[in-house]
Amino acid sequence: MLGAFLETLIGGLLTGVLYSLVALGFVLIFKASGVFNFAQGAMVLFAALTIARLSGEIDNKEVHLANFVVAAAILGVAVALIGWYAWREYVARGAGPDERRKMQMLAAVGALVGGIAAYSYGKGAWPIWLAIAATAAIMGLLAYAIERLVLRHLVNQEGIILFMATLGIANFLDGFGQTLWGSDIYKINLGLPKDPLFLFENVFPGGLLVDPGELVAAGIAAGLVVVLAIFFQKTRVGRALRAVADDHAAAQSVGIPLNTIWLIVWTVSGLVALAAGLIWGAKLGVQFSISLIALKALPVLILGGFTSVPGAIVGGLIIGAGEKLSEVFLAPVLVKAFDLAGGGIENWFAYMLALVFLLFRPQGLFGERIIERV
Amino acid sequence: MLYREAGQFKTTYVADQQIFPILQDRMFVLAVIVAAFLAVPMFASPYLYTEILIPFLILSMAAIGLNILVGYCGQVSLGTGGFMAVGAYAAYNLWLRVPEVNNLIVVFLFGGVMAAAVGILFGIPSLRIKGFYLAVATLASQFFLDWLFARVKWLTNYTPSGSVAVGKLEVFGWHIDTPADRYLLILGLVVVATLVAKNLVRGHIGRSWMAIRDMDIAAEIIGFRPLRTKLTAFAVSSFFIGVSGAMWAFLRLGAWEPLAFDINRSFQILFMVIIGGLGSLLGSFLGAAFIVLMPILLNQLPGWFGIRMSTALLSHLEFMVFGAMIVFFLIVEPHGLARLWAVAKEKLRLWPFPH
Repeated sequence: MLGAFLETLIGGLLTGVLYSLVALGFVLIFKASGVFNFAQGAMVLFAALTIARLSGEIDNKEVHLANFVVAAAILGVAVALIGWYAWREYVARGAGPDERRKMQMLAAVGALVGGIAAYSYGKGAWPIWLAIAATAAIMGLLAYAIERLVLRHLVNQEGIILFMATLGIANFLDGFGQTLWGSDIYKINLGLPKDPLFLFENVFPGGLLVDPGELVAAGIAAGLVVVLAIFFQKTRVGRALRAVADDHAAAQSVGIPLNTIWLIVWTVSGLVALAAGLIWGAKLGVQFSISLIALKALPVLILGGFTSVPGAIVGGLIIGAGEKLSEVFLAPVLVKAFDLAGGGIENWFAYMLALVFLLFRPQGLFGERIIERV
Repeated sequence: MLYREAGQFKTTYVADQQIFPILQDRMFVLAVIVAAFLAVPMFASPYLYTEILIPFLILSMAAIGLNILVGYCGQVSLGTGGFMAVGAYAAYNLWLRVPEVNNLIVVFLFGGVMAAAVGILFGIPSLRIKGFYLAVATLASQFFLDWLFARVKWLTNYTPSGSVAVGKLEVFGWHIDTPADRYLLILGLVVVATLVAKNLVRGHIGRSWMAIRDMDIAAEIIGFRPLRTKLTAFAVSSFFIGVSGAMWAFLRLGAWEPLAFDINRSFQILFMVIIGGLGSLLGSFLGAAFIVLMPILLNQLPGWFGIRMSTALLSHLEFMVFGAMIVFFLIVEPHGLARLWAVAKEKLRLWPFPH
């Protein structure tokens, strides 16, 4: 019994890590721009689809070669831009006025390199690292497009309007991703170990069954969280982000460019979405239902607080564990007691858990205290 | 030139407190209602009824309900689909288990009352939780109610997968068979509901909702009880939504399962409210018309230009265009279609001499 309990608990915690990852994307954007970004799930789907299709075999039925070329070009431009930025920052501070020209040339060269790379990997099937890099570049471009085309025009609107706009973006991305990459179920092959692992065999009879793939995923997620924490606490950009989160107007008046900050935040949460999509896709395959994990991440969000990174992590673990435990141990009792047609309570249990919790602590686990004034 | 209130003097309080104080407005609304009751049935085809008019009217009513909660009382709710399901299944159970009650109006009202009760229950957290926290918390009701109707067998009369069907509908001995009958019944109910909603929101109770929306602490200090005000908003809103859910199930679908009221329905109705305009009954109608017509148009559009596409691609493109249109409309007019209408009316008052 204890063994089964621990097994369920571990399985739930590992799933919870994924919820944390998605919730993290929400939190980053909400903190920096006050936008409740419902498109996070769609971004996860889009990233996962892109990786899966770039690293998979090409089939002319659904995916055109042009997609690969464009992806490669975007990758090339991104590499070129990063290179140019590094060169400008560290090598040629205060260089002449023809930098724009140099940037264009670098970008062109990068695009060329990317194009050549795309063709040299003939039938699609890029190695996974290249696919991930290209997807990262695409997520950056996406963030730029969202900032430029949507957010910039909706500055100073009410929260609900922004929320609705992200719903529109979510719709768009769902359609866009599937138009580009097709809508079947695809695989992402990360080369994760598949054989189940048995832990503590001498403590419990039969040991604890753990999926090593999930362990690796949890490791990646934990690493990502550490990187993000360092990024937020120790870098210049991170400090600017925290300043914006604290007070938009004050941050702007000391010279922090809001638009750039938003671009960075959306890019970062695009990258977080990429990580989530990668792990989720490797585990369950890439399909439309991935975009629904955004809904799974929402109770995590209210439990942990919209503005708290540690809250997202802890909340994700609690929700993941609570969900699995309730499904395994509570659902059969309910089914017996009320003569139900099957359990399936995990869909709402997390929400109820969060709701009851909120009744006692409206700002969530780690949320900032709400102080109200007239 | 035509639309001008000059010379219309109000000499009594009754005249001053009319819903439409301007004569031209009254005439226009009256003309629309008469046309809807008399002219439409003369030429409408079954397709027009079942695919456009009936969905439009029923969803307008749901949008009015949600607008009361979100637009007038400021409590964002994402649980609309769940409350519609409550209305639908409550009405179904009354219709099924009490055959003596065969009047559809009673059945629908029962659905609405049950939805209101459930709405009050799920509205209680709104006293502690605000803003987006509340929005997410209302998702709890959506998922819980979805699950309830899929799993609790008694509620769906032990049918597999919770799909149920109704037949033989009547109101005061009037048998509802043809699409035209359904349309007229729905139209009547929606007109009455709109009138009720209009009078609620411009009266004492509506003002208390708006006070809570604008600043809840200040409203509390000037004497509105937040508990009662918020819960009445939840109750009234859920009542409308429940009735519309029952109508959707009985008169639009006929046979349905819990999936008909899933989370996408909630978002659809929230879209209507936002696109139409928060805090505007007219906006609810405009938003519903927009959201009902848009997918149909998008579906037909490639055909008109002679472009052939696979259905999968078409549905993906539809998603894309729909998303883009939502964003576009929000950017162009964040206050919704109702605001555009108001601006147009203002322009019309001065036309043709704008100075």
